[in-house]
Amino acid sequence: MIPNDSPTSQARPGTPVVVAPAANEPHETPWSLWEVFVRSSRGLSHVHAGSLHAPDAAMALRNARDLYTRRNEGVSIWVVPADAISSSDPDSKGSFFESPQGKDYRHATYYTKSEGVKHL
Amino acid sequence: MASQNLQSVPAELSPEELEREQAGQAYFDRIISEDSRIEPRDWMPEAYRKTLLRQISQHAHSEIIGMQPEANWITRAPSLKRKAILMAKVQDEAGHGLYLYSAAETLGQSRDKMTTDLIAGKARYSSIFNYPAISWADMGAIGWLVDGAAICNQVPLCRASYGPYGRAMVRICKEESFHQRQGFEILLELSNGTPAQKQMAQDAVNRWYAPALMMFGPPDDDSPNSKQSMAWNIKRFSNDELRSRFVGMMVEQIKVLGLTLPDKDIRFNEETKKWEHGPLDWNEFKDVLAGKGPCNAQRLERRREAHDDGAWVREAAAEYARKQAEKEYAA
Repeated sequence: MIPNDSPTSQARPGTPVVVAPAANEPHETPWSLWEVFVRSSRGLSHVHAGSLHAPDAAMALRNARDLYTRRNEGVSIWVVPADAISSSDPDSKGSFFESPQGKDYRHATYYTKSEGVKHL
Repeated sequence: MASQNLQSVPAELSPEELEREQAGQAYFDRIISEDSRIEPRDWMPEAYRKTLLRQISQHAHSEIIGMQPEANWITRAPSLKRKAILMAKVQDEAGHGLYLYSAAETLGQSRDKMTTDLIAGKARYSSIFNYPAISWADMGAIGWLVDGAAICNQVPLCRASYGPYGRAMVRICKEESFHQRQGFEILLELSNGTPAQKQMAQDAVNRWYAPALMMFGPPDDDSPNSKQSMAWNIKRFSNDELRSRFVGMMVEQIKVLGLTLPDKDIRFNEETKKWEHGPLDWNEFKDVLAGKGPCNAQRLERRREAHDDGAWVREAAAEYARKQAEKEYAA
């Protein structure tokens, strides 16, 4: 099974990050967790910048602007609900990425006979 | 909460569990010895998780409480330019708090729990923010000395072994240097102003110097957790080492300011090649941490008020989101 998680959260989908309020504390619906991706300039990919809490996508975008682009760090922002992200299982990190190992011939550096040949 | 499983270590482990624990520990030890980074879903020793959670959440709380001494001066800033700068700085502190809360959350603590702990007085934050900011020159001294000490402390934390903490610190350090420079500039302008202004600057430096030095934490021989934190690559330098470096930088910078540091015992030790400073009142430090500082009650009260006053906004936003989602579902 491939567990879902977000780059920053440990929460699994369907597991709201909520601590039950103590009996004497008023209950508040916690805002959900969003992951923020920022494109720093045209021509570059969106890169994960961090996370934040917001009640909905519109507020998440506004919060992300205030939190992650106070100094012109971005020209575009994506926000993604943290529990919508699927990731590889951290416990099987070795075996999951095993395939490329021992396949050095996939790299140009594997081919040494052409050394010294120009434009190759 | 999924992560709570990790927080309670069962008294007796089954053979499979024991094997998993040992494999986890071995993997963790290897990552640390290679000076690589631990990421949120990796196995980690319970004590490592707890130490980080304590340190990162305290750090986050410090940023949030740290907004107050300066926010109090926004309405009284001497010019529109200074007001705009101060607002930007206070906004940064809020941002820093949020980056750090996010990092702490990856260790399995909810944001709500951290907020509740802070306003209930159960969580600690840096002792420095329990001192009052009584003059405009204090905005200079806080930026120069307090943020200066924070930078000294935080730059090595960019390389902390816990990935999310290190990444938050990189972001924070980038923004922090503007804070220190604007503080320096405030002091420099006052120092070159009227004799009364210069006196105001000197007075602020006199009051903030010792508390700033104490921000690095107790002396090494009285800092029981430091050794383990260094073994885990969370901390890279000891409290005294960082404090000594900071003193060395301030000694030079105070000359440019045309002011003096309130410490006759500062000297460069040729043998150890380290800067030394006069005695600090560690009883005062302990008292302030224990809640007996001049502003502890006021800071917490203000934080509690702000949280309570904002409740209707949070509720309204959550309710609006719920109704919008319902509408979308119905459509």
